[in-house]
Amino acid sequence: MNILLHLIVLLPLGAAIAVLLGAPARKTSLGASVTALMLTILTIVAYLKTDGGFQFGGGFSVVPEWDLKYFLGVDGLSLAMVLLSTIVTVAAVWVTPKVENGENAFYACLLFIAAGAIGAFLSLDLFFFYAFHELALIPTFILIGVWGSGEKQQAAWRITIYLAIGSIILLAGLIGVYLSFPADLRTFDIPELHRLSKTTAFLPGKWIFPTLLVGFGVLVSLFPFHSWAPKAYASAPAPAAMLHAGVLKKFGLYGMLRIALPMFPLGIQQYDYLILILLIGNILFIGLATIAQKQLDSTLGYSSVMHMGYIYLGIVSMNLTGLNGAALLMFAHGLSIAALFAMSGMIRERTGTLELSDLGGLGKRAPVLMFCFGLATFASIGLPGFGNFAAETMVFFGAFSGGFEANAFAVGSFNFHQIATVVGLWGVVISAVYMLRAYRKIFMGDLVARWAGISDIAATYKIPLVLLIGTLLVSGLYPKGFLQLVGPTLSRLLP
Amino acid sequence: MISPLVLETSVLFLGLCLLLFEAFVPTPTRRNFGLLAIAGLAVVFVLSFFTKTSVQFGGFYVCDGMGLFFKQLALLTTLVVTIMSMEYSSTIQRLVPAEKPGAGLGEFYAIPIFTCAGLMWMASAADFIMIFVSLELVTISFYILVSFLRRSRPSLEAGTKYLILGALSTGILVYGITWIFGVTGETNLAAIREAAAEVGGKNQMALLFGIVLVLIGLGFKIAAAPFQFWVADVYQGAPTPVTAFLSVGSKAAGFIVLLRFLSVFLPIPVVGEKLTFGLSILAFCTLIYGNFAALPQTNLKRLLGYSSIAHAGYLLMAVVALSGPAADAQQAIAFYLAGYLVMTLLSFLVLIIASNQLQGDDISHFNGLGKRSPFLAFAMLVSMMSLAGVPFTVGFFGKFMVFKVALEAHLFWLTAIGIISVGCGFYYYLKVVKAMYWNASNPDAASHFPVAPITRATIFAAIAAVFILGVYPAPILHLLGK
Repeated sequence: MNILLHLIVLLPLGAAIAVLLGAPARKTSLGASVTALMLTILTIVAYLKTDGGFQFGGGFSVVPEWDLKYFLGVDGLSLAMVLLSTIVTVAAVWVTPKVENGENAFYACLLFIAAGAIGAFLSLDLFFFYAFHELALIPTFILIGVWGSGEKQQAAWRITIYLAIGSIILLAGLIGVYLSFPADLRTFDIPELHRLSKTTAFLPGKWIFPTLLVGFGVLVSLFPFHSWAPKAYASAPAPAAMLHAGVLKKFGLYGMLRIALPMFPLGIQQYDYLILILLIGNILFIGLATIAQKQLDSTLGYSSVMHMGYIYLGIVSMNLTGLNGAALLMFAHGLSIAALFAMSGMIRERTGTLELSDLGGLGKRAPVLMFCFGLATFASIGLPGFGNFAAETMVFFGAFSGGFEANAFAVGSFNFHQIATVVGLWGVVISAVYMLRAYRKIFMGDLVARWAGISDIAATYKIPLVLLIGTLLVSGLYPKGFLQLVGPTLSRLLP
Repeated sequence: MISPLVLETSVLFLGLCLLLFEAFVPTPTRRNFGLLAIAGLAVVFVLSFFTKTSVQFGGFYVCDGMGLFFKQLALLTTLVVTIMSMEYSSTIQRLVPAEKPGAGLGEFYAIPIFTCAGLMWMASAADFIMIFVSLELVTISFYILVSFLRRSRPSLEAGTKYLILGALSTGILVYGITWIFGVTGETNLAAIREAAAEVGGKNQMALLFGIVLVLIGLGFKIAAAPFQFWVADVYQGAPTPVTAFLSVGSKAAGFIVLLRFLSVFLPIPVVGEKLTFGLSILAFCTLIYGNFAALPQTNLKRLLGYSSIAHAGYLLMAVVALSGPAADAQQAIAFYLAGYLVMTLLSFLVLIIASNQLQGDDISHFNGLGKRSPFLAFAMLVSMMSLAGVPFTVGFFGKFMVFKVALEAHLFWLTAIGIISVGCGFYYYLKVVKAMYWNASNPDAASHFPVAPITRATIFAAIAAVFILGVYPAPILHLLGK
């Protein structure tokens, strides 16, 4: 069983290297990513869900003196994230159009990003947890810089330098976690760290939690560390944006749930207000900024930043309902934003522009595209039937009843969590405004004469969209299935 | 098990042999000198793994695990530098006046061998006299090497600058040694350790003065700011293999002397604290200067010069942590140097091959290299990633160790500066990546890059080493643990 997890990481990694060395790019990449998805589903079936603990652990020691190991293992939360990663990888590889020059390099970069994300979610060792995530850094730089569009150079520089600094801050925080124990107990083993953090040996410095918060925050584009994200996603080629916004950005949230929540509940309590204010910044400030966007790609870029606010709201609620909502929202948001970016790539391929004022009436020529885009739009807004709705509902319920009780700040009988929830609810309205407006401008109205010749989605490209939207519908109509997977794990992570 | 002295002696012997061949063998076979030097160095390198640790010459010479490790670094560096010199020989023939083509080439292979012997002595020097003599052997051979290209103006300028500043730093170093000798009456480090512990009052000030002078002298050698101003010009002007040798070999040797020197004075109560404070200022300046000055560079050799200052800064972070509770600060320094060796030599190998064909070493000469020579571009990409500190490369593991010991010693401010430096590093190393992959080629640029088989093998080995040691550093940690 252990070999399965290693295979899920090694398949995309090995495929990337093979493609670099000259293997047929598209076939190899698709084969590897579809196989990884199959193996993930197999692992989920085999995973004992009622337990919720770490299973299928396996690996080898790298530096025994520091207890640093290459060690993979899964619990419900990481399985959910790996499922998200493999689904989006399949979709991203599938929707990749013909690449003009350097096709092999393009696919290899995509696979490196995917392998990095999957590896980070599977690692049960702090060092590799961090290292795998950074694997995506240089491929992203090359993808955006070479095959991007618009102000691609500026965007590529910004995302790379921003994320490099964010990651190294995070690294300092993670080393701090490691050093919080007396020398003979120090370990990079995450389950062991969870266990030790409940003992009196755990004496973390005051600086560690804020460092983790900023480090993870930069990677998630938590307000005000968000400015790298919208531009980069707008300029990136569609498959890269799908993987980055859909999967890789969830790493910071996953880190909050994996490291910060179980080990630093007191830190979350202490910085409760700050996180709430920042996440309202994400929801309201970025939400309003999204409304002001005039292009589809930057609208999607900003909207993906905005939705991170809800997930933080779920995390700081500190109860199972909120956490369940946060986990499901991570999953559903990843799928919906990936579907939207995929389709914005298709529109760009057909028209050469994503300027909302230039587009119009495309629905007449591309009804299937319009239908799929509509579904993804509804999912992104959070309409019933999609995973996002179930998730956001749980986040709001959790946040309204949750949070730490000793909240000095209160208006009337509402504590700050409840106020944040009420404010956050307006975000749903905001996202309805910008998403529906984009939908109307692109697909409805009179057909602009320039676009009379465009074609609908080719049959083969429907498959990845069906995969993404279908999973969204399943998770929305039957969220219980997902919650059975993550629920027991999340209740273990709660202090 | 053989005596460590065999290593130095055989390297010296090898150098002398090459010089004699140079005098008596007809010119056409001179290219084979390189192969001879490589074979000789490789044999000594293998021998070094069967060497026993020992103390010789009444405490003048200490070959402990750390010393042996640095000897191996020196041998490996010289070996790769010789391979580079073979690639570089056409430039030497062009820029060195000679009656017959190829004359003078033999010296270019022989002198680095003597430098190597000097570096190896330095790794074991445990007495100020020994430190000084071996340091001079290294420095004087570098004076020759830096200005070797007699028809190249930048090379001569670099030679002059290096000579003047090198002589100045040596003077300061000797002056410092005499002060320490004056206070303690000893030149042997072990003896000084005992004598210095009892020094008090006014004499302590005198001792401190001597220590600061020695630190300044060593600061020149390891290119720590504010004693770095020779670096950029000398690195740019010197023949490229020599630049590589300077940035790796001379730095490694400087750090082992620094480590031995500090192991004497850091444990002394008041002196040690002041010394740590001074070192942290040195680390601070070096990190800031190296990284920020590298940002606007457009010449790759110059950029690598500044990057070598920047890496000296990270190393100094770990040096500052030596006096703290971190047990493995020394290990971190040695590992970082080993990683730095691999990735820097890799970048210089590619630089030499590429600039031979491209007729220049500006970053803009590398535009579009990703299309014209995917292999060389990939090798450069790997070395830049490693220098910047991307995980799964040896450069990242080195940085990880340095940050770990720095945080363990509670050097929060220095760590914060280190974080900013890493951000800068990503910018200037990725500038090279950008040129290779984003930019279009210059239309008339060369597209054929002949690579000798031995060089190709070296590049493959270096790429493999960058990744293997980045994921599985145990081999080096094992060597260090001996």
